[in-house]
Amino acid sequence: MRDFSEEELERYSRHILLADVGVEGQDKICAARVLVVGAGGLGSPVAYYLAAAGVGTIGIVDGDVVDLSNLQRQILHGTAEVGVPKVESARRKMAALNPGVQIETWQTMLCAENILDIVAPYDFVIDGTDNFAAKFLINDACVLAKKPYSHGGILRFDGQTMTVKPGESACYACVFHEPPPAGAVPACSSAGVLGAVAGMLGTIQAAEALKFITGAGTPLFDTLLSFNAKTMDFRKTKLKRNPRCRVCGGEGIARLRDYQPPVCDLKG
Amino acid sequence: MRIVINGDDKTFAQGTLSISELLEIENVSQPDQVSVQVNGEFLRSSLYGTIRLKEGDAVDFLYFMGGGR
Repeated sequence: MRDFSEEELERYSRHILLADVGVEGQDKICAARVLVVGAGGLGSPVAYYLAAAGVGTIGIVDGDVVDLSNLQRQILHGTAEVGVPKVESARRKMAALNPGVQIETWQTMLCAENILDIVAPYDFVIDGTDNFAAKFLINDACVLAKKPYSHGGILRFDGQTMTVKPGESACYACVFHEPPPAGAVPACSSAGVLGAVAGMLGTIQAAEALKFITGAGTPLFDTLLSFNAKTMDFRKTKLKRNPRCRVCGGEGIARLRDYQPPVCDLKG
Repeated sequence: MRIVINGDDKTFAQGTLSISELLEIENVSQPDQVSVQVNGEFLRSSLYGTIRLKEGDAVDFLYFMGGGR
């Protein structure tokens, strides 16, 4: 086990106090490698809480620069960072919060060609993207690479998330099969989203990653958690793997392909 | 006819309903916006017009949510 310094024991004391985490759990967190795809509405709270938690290595993928319209929800970025690459802005905030974590950045958009290489060195992946092409690509890559991951989606006052253990629990394509036709489902950039909803869902995804790493509790495997922030109704829908799933069932997929260009523009 | 929709019991005057008819009654304006699970099995959208629901069936409408940034 890692030799925790006095400063680390103090910093992580509230984790260490948890019976389900303890020094052993914190040791696992400090040794873990998590990839956050998208440094936006979901990626911001996820990456910030993972940095606070002391996740040893956090990768961030995002090809965008900070836009003024991002600041209503993307809490990793500040007014002074408008125009700065999001991965750089994210790195600064996370390093200021916890200099003990390693931050690896990719200022790029994921595609079928690069995703497997980027995902390979990580233990857990967070989907914080804003379009179905990316969400299905992340699912496919995580199934191929057998990487556990957290799906997240938000729109207006609603959020949904599920945690996937490829080969064992239902994958995103078991539930949603394939991207909806262009224009069928509105995007946040046209329909809007309550900023705090991104925070609600992102912190659930961060908690799922930490649960997976430490083994505490039961992750949202075979379960879609959805909520509506207007009524504050939360609901869990039980799912099961589809043996005929075009991605993880039967013969499944052998290689990746890019899906149709996203329904919403990439600037989210 | 009683159907459990997203966990809630609902009673319908109709004696028989297809998924398409139920989507319409439940104000799902575009079937492409949801994935539909009946008694734990996901249905292809090509079957929405032909599958008839039975008394007590559990139907989940799971909405596509593509946002995140």
